[in-house]
Amino acid sequence: MAGMVLEGKAWRYGRNVDTDVIIPARHLSLTDPRELGEHCLEDLDPEFVNRVEAGDIIVAEENFGSGSSREHAPLALKGCGVSLVIAASFARIFYRNAINVGLPILESPEAVQGIKMGDHLRVDLEEGLIENISTGNKYHSPPFPPFMREIIAGNGLVEYVKRRLRG
Amino acid sequence: MAQTITEKILAWHAGRDKVRPGELINARIDLALANDITAPLSLEAFREMGAERVFDPAKVVLVPDHFTPARDIAAAENCVLLRNFAREQGLENYFDVGRVGIEHVMIPEEGLALPGEVIVGADSHTCTYGALGAFSTGVGSTDLAMAMALGEVWLRVPESIRLEYAGELRSWVGGKDIILYTIGKLGVDGARYRAMEFHGPAIDALSMDGRFTMANMAIEAGAKNGIFHVDVKTKEWLEGRSPRDYRIFSSDSDASYAEKIEFEVSDLEPQVAFPHLPSNVRPVSEAGDIALDQAVIGSCTNGRLEDMEIAARILKGRQVDPRVRTIVIPGSQPILKEMVKRGWMEIFLEAGVAVSTPTCGPCLGGHMGVLAKGERAVSTTNRNFVGRMGHVGSEVYLAGPAVAAASAISGRLTHPREVMD
Repeated sequence: MAGMVLEGKAWRYGRNVDTDVIIPARHLSLTDPRELGEHCLEDLDPEFVNRVEAGDIIVAEENFGSGSSREHAPLALKGCGVSLVIAASFARIFYRNAINVGLPILESPEAVQGIKMGDHLRVDLEEGLIENISTGNKYHSPPFPPFMREIIAGNGLVEYVKRRLRG
Repeated sequence: MAQTITEKILAWHAGRDKVRPGELINARIDLALANDITAPLSLEAFREMGAERVFDPAKVVLVPDHFTPARDIAAAENCVLLRNFAREQGLENYFDVGRVGIEHVMIPEEGLALPGEVIVGADSHTCTYGALGAFSTGVGSTDLAMAMALGEVWLRVPESIRLEYAGELRSWVGGKDIILYTIGKLGVDGARYRAMEFHGPAIDALSMDGRFTMANMAIEAGAKNGIFHVDVKTKEWLEGRSPRDYRIFSSDSDASYAEKIEFEVSDLEPQVAFPHLPSNVRPVSEAGDIALDQAVIGSCTNGRLEDMEIAARILKGRQVDPRVRTIVIPGSQPILKEMVKRGWMEIFLEAGVAVSTPTCGPCLGGHMGVLAKGERAVSTTNRNFVGRMGHVGSEVYLAGPAVAAASAISGRLTHPREVMD
């Protein structure tokens, strides 16, 4: 994640985008991210899965990922090509899950206010710098606490535990 | 330094004298659980981590309760993964169809959750065990894999909100109504990342089943955990359930809280959460004319003995409206047995109700009562998000067992006193 610059178009949604609309429970017998990705957000925006392109960025208001603990939610987002989620705030289990599975997330209420559906974005994850190329505006997101950076830099929680088990 | 019950439990499990809100800690856990939806991803991560054995076969529990008895081939295959892992690891507590209950009903019943413990589960409603004075919280599958491998979890110590409930509840008002009312006041992210600590005379008077219901829905306000103090009712409820000792913690009188909120609940009416958020709450008398197609009484929120008893009291000698498919789902096999023994099973069958084996089933639109487009259900479950119980064009109205049973009889959202008087 360090030093990574992402570019993509914004998919702009509202408050409380819950895990039941990110990946409906009827698909929860699946575990493969690509297969999950085929149903991502279908109950919120049926057009999304047909039109999303690799690298696109979800931009949403408060409490993104509320509801269930299903890790299928960040996996479905990754599986359909989403490179990053920017939200005004995240529900706590989704926040953990995203970090643990290596889906980048940034918290910035200001950026969310200044981004519209379809805007072109460039994001430097290390700097926490969000640039709306369509409007020319720039926003900053606070960096992760050191412990989380360690997990992210170590390529997710699986690698972190692997090192602990070996050590 | 004064601390809250949540901070004390976490400090003990982090091997520390004290912890402060906002700190990141690694805490030792007493129980790790996952279900047939979340465990397959956990087991995959567990292998990827290079782990071979779980940290303690007595402290890892897999519960196939969501899409079971297997609703289709894919669900059956997922259950095979759980079953094989349980055998391979010699898990001491593995329950399959015929013995299994809904995880958050069964785990306390089986004495697997005790006061003062730290419990993590790959299911958001793991916060239920806070009713016993434990710290328990939902995590993802990869977190759970770490917990199974190392017996530890990383946690950010939450700030606490102290919620105080004064007054005495009226008849037909219970734990579900208090927690829906609270979520209505706080909003679905009003307690985000925080501990909800429940106090007051109305809480002291509440049954253990009512407290489980309240702790269960702490997540619907965004909370990390909901927690109650151990009292005589807790101790009585725990008697004979577990040979293990437990440790009782309580908040210091001068502990600091992010917020303190007081409620007066003497005039509280039965509550209903309208689509599509658990915070979209109104008293049932202001529900208006909402005709129903289905009623569900069960789940990890309201599938306990007291819930079944309330439904049986209302349905006794009455019939559900033929237009309302009514499904009662006890949370565990012991509860189902009691229903038979106490004659409630007969009441339900005479009333025209379908009674199911324990399963999460319809709560998340899995099976056993999925809704079609345009259909409406009153349900004692915990979420009414878009598409939660089936078609994206269906609607779920959350309520307690009394309102659900009364509404099944009248065919529309109804105050229980209307069918009982």
